[in-house]
Amino acid sequence: MDNPSQLVQYILTGLSNGAIYALIGFGFAIIHNATGILNFAQGEFVMLGGMFTIFILSFLNIPLPMAIVLAIAFSTLVGILFERLAIRPLKNVKPLSLVIITIGASIFIRGAAMLIWGKDTHALPAFSGNEPLYVYGATIMPQHLWIFGITILIIIANKLFFSYSILGKAMRACAYNAYAASLVGIDVKIMVLLSFVVSAAIGSMAGIIIAPLTMTSYDVGIMLGIKGFCAVIIGGMSSGLGTVLGGLLLGLLESLGAGYISASYKDAFAFIILLLILFIRPEGLFKQKETQRV
Amino acid sequence: MLKVESITQIFGGLTALENVSFSVAPHSITGVIGPNGAGKTTLFNIVTGLYTQTEGKVYLGDKNISFFEPEVLARLGLVRTFQNVELFGQMSVLENVMVGLHTKSKSGIFSCAFKLPGQIKEEKRIKEKAYQWLEFTGLADSADVTACNLPFGKGRLLEISRAMAVEPQIILMDEPAAGLNSRETAGLAGLIRKIQELGVTIVLVEHDMELVMDVCESIIVLNLGKKLAHGTPREIQENKAVIAAYLGED
Amino acid sequence: MMIKEKRQIFIFLLFALVVLLVPIFLKGSYFLNVLVFIGINTLLAVALNLLLGYAGQISLGQAAFFGLGAYISGILTTRFPVDPWLALVVAAGCASVLAFVIGFPILKLKGHYLAMATLGFGIIVYIIFNETVDWTGGPSGLSGIPNLRLGPFVFDNDRNNYYLVWMMTLGVMLLSINLSQSRIGRALRAINDSEVAARVMGVNARMMKVQIFTVSAFVSAIAGSLYAHTITFISPASFGFNFSVELLTMVIIGGLGSIYGSFLGATILTMLPEFLRVFRDFDIVIYGLMLILITMFMPAGLIGGIEMSIKIIAEKIKGSAENNA
Ligand SMILES: Nc1ncnc2c1ncn2[C@@H]1O[C@H](COP(=O)(O)OP(=O)(O)OP(=O)(O)O)[C@@H](O)[C@H]1O
Ligand SMILES: [Mg+2]
Repeated sequence: MDNPSQLVQYILTGLSNGAIYALIGFGFAIIHNATGILNFAQGEFVMLGGMFTIFILSFLNIPLPMAIVLAIAFSTLVGILFERLAIRPLKNVKPLSLVIITIGASIFIRGAAMLIWGKDTHALPAFSGNEPLYVYGATIMPQHLWIFGITILIIIANKLFFSYSILGKAMRACAYNAYAASLVGIDVKIMVLLSFVVSAAIGSMAGIIIAPLTMTSYDVGIMLGIKGFCAVIIGGMSSGLGTVLGGLLLGLLESLGAGYISASYKDAFAFIILLLILFIRPEGLFKQKETQRV
Repeated sequence: MLKVESITQIFGGLTALENVSFSVAPHSITGVIGPNGAGKTTLFNIVTGLYTQTEGKVYLGDKNISFFEPEVLARLGLVRTFQNVELFGQMSVLENVMVGLHTKSKSGIFSCAFKLPGQIKEEKRIKEKAYQWLEFTGLADSADVTACNLPFGKGRLLEISRAMAVEPQIILMDEPAAGLNSRETAGLAGLIRKIQELGVTIVLVEHDMELVMDVCESIIVLNLGKKLAHGTPREIQENKAVIAAYLGED
Repeated sequence: MMIKEKRQIFIFLLFALVVLLVPIFLKGSYFLNVLVFIGINTLLAVALNLLLGYAGQISLGQAAFFGLGAYISGILTTRFPVDPWLALVVAAGCASVLAFVIGFPILKLKGHYLAMATLGFGIIVYIIFNETVDWTGGPSGLSGIPNLRLGPFVFDNDRNNYYLVWMMTLGVMLLSINLSQSRIGRALRAINDSEVAARVMGVNARMMKVQIFTVSAFVSAIAGSLYAHTITFISPASFGFNFSVELLTMVIIGGLGSIYGSFLGATILTMLPEFLRVFRDFDIVIYGLMLILITMFMPAGLIGGIEMSIKIIAEKIKGSAENNA
């Protein structure tokens, strides 16, 4: 490491990617905790966020913040449709069927995006210009600051929502025991729907804030999805600090690996980390082991 | 036959079993009773190797089986049935029992795929044997029915047939009478005795007191994870602590 | 029961006969070429079905084993003077050993976790195909792979390739059908229905899953090797995530656990893009939709649906016959 500014650069990139992975991981955790489903299509919400924003901007002459709000609304709508059409009608299905349905939904959304928007890569304009800042010789784009800021805001909002709001508490109750929750008058169906809404919204937000830095296209969802999954696995399937740490850890390792070992194997590092975690501690690094009920 | 020594099981913060010890005599029928959540199923799960206990040991005969996997225990002759019936739903009744004969056969993947002569012979033997077990429990008529279409009571019987096909030394039954009507329960009592006559040791978790008092020679009472009493049906019926536990006092 | 077995043998013989006679009626070589690919895809779909349909374990990394078979075969025969047949055996062997080794940790996982892990594995292998340019030729592929030959008989035209591939495919189909009705097949299906119950009955579920995963990789690698030697050019694009999803779709459409279903699924997914232009542009949308719809409304797949309708029709006929009597 002869070049310290380079190291700072890698760390910055790693952290900002990691923040994104954490947000995507939140999406996984929220749906999983409400329904027991690991939504394979989570990465597609991320893709939709970026793509919707770009195309709203190109069709409507509206300011970026409004386009972002609209894009999140559209992505959330897709989440709602997915839940209503493919998840709610299911009764007593085998877990394997759920796996297959969410895989199907994920490639369906990706395919539809490809048909509608084509295979090109698009860039979203940065939120506040491209004038870099310099820290210890490393360049920070203003967009990095946006990413950190928005991620922290979402983490706080998420925490407040689940700890203090009635809805958030109701969702947690469902996650803990859906039957008991229904006995005390919580509408479990609404909570499941809500989990898709929240998770689509967070996912698409992640996709929007990263799009100015990394470009986006119809197929970014798989990679981002799996990396978010990796983050939430490290965090033990929680939408809390564990997943944030997981995301940051993954982002850092990936970025350092790409910088110091080999850039062309960047994605491979993430997957090797994923496999190692799954093999060694599938219950997460920060969580106690649970016994499957029989 | 079966000896359980100071078993403790803690899930997160919840102590499901606390320092439970007892032993089961060979060829006996032992009942395990207790209110809901007492830890009966958890006890079975530990003995059959599905859960790893926090502390304590389990012996089968002289063998320390504390951390054995279920599939190894099956080979040693320890099997069980499940409270929430766990049938192989997509398979026929006969095939369910044939799976019970897995340990009694040995064709590998290669001889199965190529249908080597030994495999064909073995397959025939398994099929006949499985059929005999269905006759033993009175399910032979339903041999070709797909298991998930079986009425509930017959499902319970199928679980027993399947477990018996392993030719166990000891069988643990988790609430075999739950969901059965009174006629089926009476039949079950007969079947349990028939199994005992084959020289099999039986441990029975059951809420149906009539059945338990009728067939069991000794009874263990669990409450809130602790062993409350162990004795003959008569002793248990007169035990003050047991009565208090069942009436919900402290 | 004996009747059922006899009927099964009869159906297989009929199927094999049709397969062997088809080239006589099809002189037009283009269609035969498509049939070669249907054969290879059937092989791959059956391999996945052993794992997914029998044992209930999902894999999104099947394309990786297919690719390993193709690349090991391709590299051995283009960069070294290795006989293609030997290369095929080595390729299948290497893929199985790899599957066996990663099978232990990977098959501890269930459901979505297993899907993600196999997907991760598949993508790692795909990245390796792309990046080890010195060996694989990287994204631009590996060409000049020699054909297989038996004495003077070279598998370099569609008719010969057809017989080569389909002999292999028929063999694997027969073995898979045999397996299903055996002690091992029952154990696998038991694991699919209730893993705990299977274990309590003495089935070593872990070992069983690893075994069938290994077999599945073995067959996929053979398919890969055949693929490499018949089309003589390979590139990573054929072995990516999309192809794993395509294989999954074949198995689901045809019917989980049905070997003929896998053939049907492979046929449909191979033919449609060949003959319908729309399908080529819309493919992943359609795959996605098919996965969702079939799983929701026809969990036994097309074969299950066909069997069901035959049953209903047969009962109707029986019913009306009884009414008449
Ligand atoms: N895998 C597990 N993880 C966490 N807690 C568990 C697990 N299995 C059982 N428990 C808890 O342990 C306690 C004992 O449960 P157990 O199923 O053994 O009771 P039981 O005596 O069989 O009750 P019942 O008569 O209702 O079947 C319960 O509070 C239960 O919630
Ligand atoms: Mg119980």
